[in-house]
Amino acid sequence: MTTNSTSHEDAHEAHHGHSHGHEAGHGSFKSYVTGFILSVILTAIPFWLVMGDVLDSKVATVAAIMIIGAIQIVVHMIYFLHMNTKSEGGWTMMALIFTVIIVAIALVGSLWVMHHLNTNMMVMSPEMMKNLP
Amino acid sequence: MSNIQTQSAEKPQFYLEEDHHPEGSTNLGFWLYLMSDCLIFATLFATYAVLGRNYAAGPAPADLFDLKLVAINTAMLLFSSITYGFAMLQMERGAKQETLFWLAVTGLFGLAFLGIELYEFHHMIHEGATPQRSAFLSAFFTLVGTHGLHVTFGIIWLVTLMVQVSKHGLIAENRRRLMCLSMFWHFLDVVWIGVFSVVYLMGVVG
Repeated sequence: MTTNSTSHEDAHEAHHGHSHGHEAGHGSFKSYVTGFILSVILTAIPFWLVMGDVLDSKVATVAAIMIIGAIQIVVHMIYFLHMNTKSEGGWTMMALIFTVIIVAIALVGSLWVMHHLNTNMMVMSPEMMKNLP
Repeated sequence: MSNIQTQSAEKPQFYLEEDHHPEGSTNLGFWLYLMSDCLIFATLFATYAVLGRNYAAGPAPADLFDLKLVAINTAMLLFSSITYGFAMLQMERGAKQETLFWLAVTGLFGLAFLGIELYEFHHMIHEGATPQRSAFLSAFFTLVGTHGLHVTFGIIWLVTLMVQVSKHGLIAENRRRLMCLSMFWHFLDVVWIGVFSVVYLMGVVG
């Protein structure tokens, strides 16, 4: 009987501790504000780059937008969606990694295939090349 | 020996009685839904990436997009994200009125976002930049429109939950629902990062 009650107590404590860890996963005031400030900065920089015409080269501007956008997505994942490797026994992270791989295949594959389709579809004369939009 | 056996026999029984697991599986299940939604947006982004430069002699992004408007729109969605975070913090404190207040603020920011987006669409269609005009505009309206539709349903869900919370309080069921909507709402903000980066900013850069 005594062992029974202690095991119950332990399990209850473990459960309690777990739910506490879960609540910590919801984030705190500080983590929300940190995420918000980082997001504002990471949003303002690309808008400033484009609206102010800061960089001379288009390639550099596009690269900067892509990199800063990727960083901001990670910031949102951590501070707003509270992603970590431990929640749900790591299964949310597994699902995320799987999704990122599928998304990458869909995006890169579409662009790659359609680019080759475009370039191989029709033999173009120099005049047609000049008139390309 | 028999003592150990009864202990090991009782342990799984306890874990089966625990009512925490259904909630945990709700979170994981909803996360899986969000990941599948992510794939819908991935296909729409891929479509836009392929067709985004086929203007059919129609207007190009630089002619159509007003970046100031897009910046305001982005700010609205970002504000709504942090106010939803504040609602979740109040929910954890068990403060019903404060939770409802921050949910209402979130809803207003969401409505402002939708209003600005609809104004932009109306303006574009008025100028003849309809979805039928070119492949670029078809892909644009499908991608941005799908995101706007998600925000619309998010607001309907938000209002529903506000009614639920004001009627039944912050019970376990409502906390679970608010948690799911929190993930949905922040996810929409993540998708919007992709939209303003790829569609608007890179479109205007050319």
